[in-house]
Amino acid sequence: MRFFEYEARRIVELAGIPVTKYGFCRTAAEARAAAEEIGGPVVIKSQVLTGGRMKAGGVRFADTPEEAEAAAADILELEINGHVPRGVLVDPKAEVKQEYYAGVVWDGTEKRPLMLFSDMGGIDIEEVAEKHPGHVGRGHLSNLMDVADFEAKQVIAATGVSGRQLTRATPILARLAELFRDRDMTLAEINPLAELEDGSFVALDAHMEMENEATGRQRALLREELEIAEDDTREPYEPSDFERNVAAIDAADHRGVIQGKDHGFHGDLGLVIGAGGGSLTLTDAVRSQGGKPANYAEIGGNPSVAKACGLATQVLRKDGVEKIAVMMSIVSNTRVDIVARGVIKACLDLGKDPGETIAIFRIPGAWEEEGFKILERYGVEYCDRSVSMWEAARRAVEKIQGTPA
Amino acid sequence: MSILLTEDTTFIVQGITGREAVNLTRECLDYGSRVVGGVTPGRKGREVHGVPVFDTVEQAVANHGGPIDGSVVTVPPAFTKDAVLEAIENGIKLIVIVTERIPRGDVAQMVELAGMRGARIIGPNCLGLIVPEVCKMGGIGGPAKDAAKAYAPGPVGVMSRSGGMTTEISSSLTQAGLGVSTAVSIGGDAIIGSTYAELMPLFEADEESRAIVIYTEPGGRMEAQLAEWVKENDSRLPIVAFMAGKFMDDEEMKGMSFGHAGTIVEGKEDTATEKIARLEAAGIRVVERIDEIPDAVKERLEVAA
Repeated sequence: MRFFEYEARRIVELAGIPVTKYGFCRTAAEARAAAEEIGGPVVIKSQVLTGGRMKAGGVRFADTPEEAEAAAADILELEINGHVPRGVLVDPKAEVKQEYYAGVVWDGTEKRPLMLFSDMGGIDIEEVAEKHPGHVGRGHLSNLMDVADFEAKQVIAATGVSGRQLTRATPILARLAELFRDRDMTLAEINPLAELEDGSFVALDAHMEMENEATGRQRALLREELEIAEDDTREPYEPSDFERNVAAIDAADHRGVIQGKDHGFHGDLGLVIGAGGGSLTLTDAVRSQGGKPANYAEIGGNPSVAKACGLATQVLRKDGVEKIAVMMSIVSNTRVDIVARGVIKACLDLGKDPGETIAIFRIPGAWEEEGFKILERYGVEYCDRSVSMWEAARRAVEKIQGTPA
Repeated sequence: MSILLTEDTTFIVQGITGREAVNLTRECLDYGSRVVGGVTPGRKGREVHGVPVFDTVEQAVANHGGPIDGSVVTVPPAFTKDAVLEAIENGIKLIVIVTERIPRGDVAQMVELAGMRGARIIGPNCLGLIVPEVCKMGGIGGPAKDAAKAYAPGPVGVMSRSGGMTTEISSSLTQAGLGVSTAVSIGGDAIIGSTYAELMPLFEADEESRAIVIYTEPGGRMEAQLAEWVKENDSRLPIVAFMAGKFMDDEEMKGMSFGHAGTIVEGKEDTATEKIARLEAAGIRVVERIDEIPDAVKERLEVAA
């Protein structure tokens, strides 16, 4: 789950890390009021969940509240990479002496959080690591012990930072590491972390991402502190009707799991496929052989007839879909006969001939004999495990396109 | 021979009274596995297919009268960490975590403690592991008769980030007359207890294993880690890899996750294309089509011989 900058700043602030006196505003009038309260030159930043806002004109400076209002009005209208801003952040224009970078990420190989620090802030940390490796300090954290300040100090000192700068930055990186763990983040960055002319350190921008699996136990932060609505899931795109409908059918019945996605799919072959890895394999197999999937899907976990029927119905209702391919890797707890009944029912309910509509049925495994009997009765072409997933996909593509790719 | 399991391996099922766990217990018993107890807090005194249920792992160990080798953990995500720590602190050395949707921080804690206590975790978000005709630990392969159909003994070690594809691939190896030494469903999450590279030394030490097949997906650095391991260790085992989810490299799919939680692409190294290049650079044969796996293995075995 991604956060807007104004939310990330609040998260940082809650962890005891100093931030500037910023204001989040939804209108130009609010931006003017915020600038008046700050009382001096300000920076106005678009609040969007995408990068590149500086280049796109989403960050502007203003010397007076009037200028701030005008700049905010422009920015609020400005779409960046297809994202409409949620609002603007009004921040005092800081007198920066030096910019630093502080971040914490997961190292999946070591299975520990990794602290990162650089005395070259304000730019991409990947770029710094590549061009100036000596300016990036790194250090892993234990998952079991508390974060100790000395660990943060070592990481910072490795970049050559010493003196008062070292002692001031140390608690900030340590608090960021604690926040990363306590809030189940997958990424926690302060960039830039600024040393001001008076020697104090403040977070001028922050970037946070929380693990989706943890949003349940982080309710207090998300709902109460940040006031993020339950349905504000921060997916990279808006769900389609197909995606919403499949999710609703899935939620209505606890037996089995179905999932459907069609963002980025524009083809004519409907896919009723599963389970996790099987769906990835089959989608590739269809595409590699010239097929054009209309959607991605996952079915598994022993769904009911109604659920299998629901997924097939939604796929068949998509524009331009005449045929579906029903395919899975070998199943062990999902029952072949139940999926067969579900997809046949979907065809019949829509007044379609299952034998014509189901291009291929390839689900080997538990209860397959029973399933194959039902499919035979309706004239549906089916196959068992002796036909590979690749070959099953080929047959489906051939039925739609007439010729093999 | 095999890795991790033998015919003497004993294990418990934590969360044994849950619907899926009851089925899994039946399947394992039918396959000949030694399920010596189950744990569900508050359900002490019951039985699941003849397996005694206890409130604590400690009670299960006491009842068994000696150390228990393993545990299959199938409890809801909010309780998994506690269950796994309980298993580790009661001397269990092999823990299969079936549960999915566990936050990474919890997984990392369990894995770190396991490392300190000399225990090994397989999963989370996995179906367990199987040694054909010897022992099945977890739901892998399904009911005993279905597992028997897909898994025959043979020279190929299988490791897969997808539980279903573990069986699909093993079945194709069985059909081709090759068979499987040990198949491990390693789990589909971003952080897992045992990666390919971490299991390789075990296969290396297993005389029966003469080749390895891995099933892999976009997301994470696990394949890069395997490539590094292969380069650093002069392994006798040829490896054949299959990469699913190549469609996720498309620009329109950026930032989306498909199939498993671990497939989200967070960096350039995570893409299918990048991973295939790394594996191939390490001398690992990456097949384009899933049905090419058995022949690629046969070819590699002949070269090795």
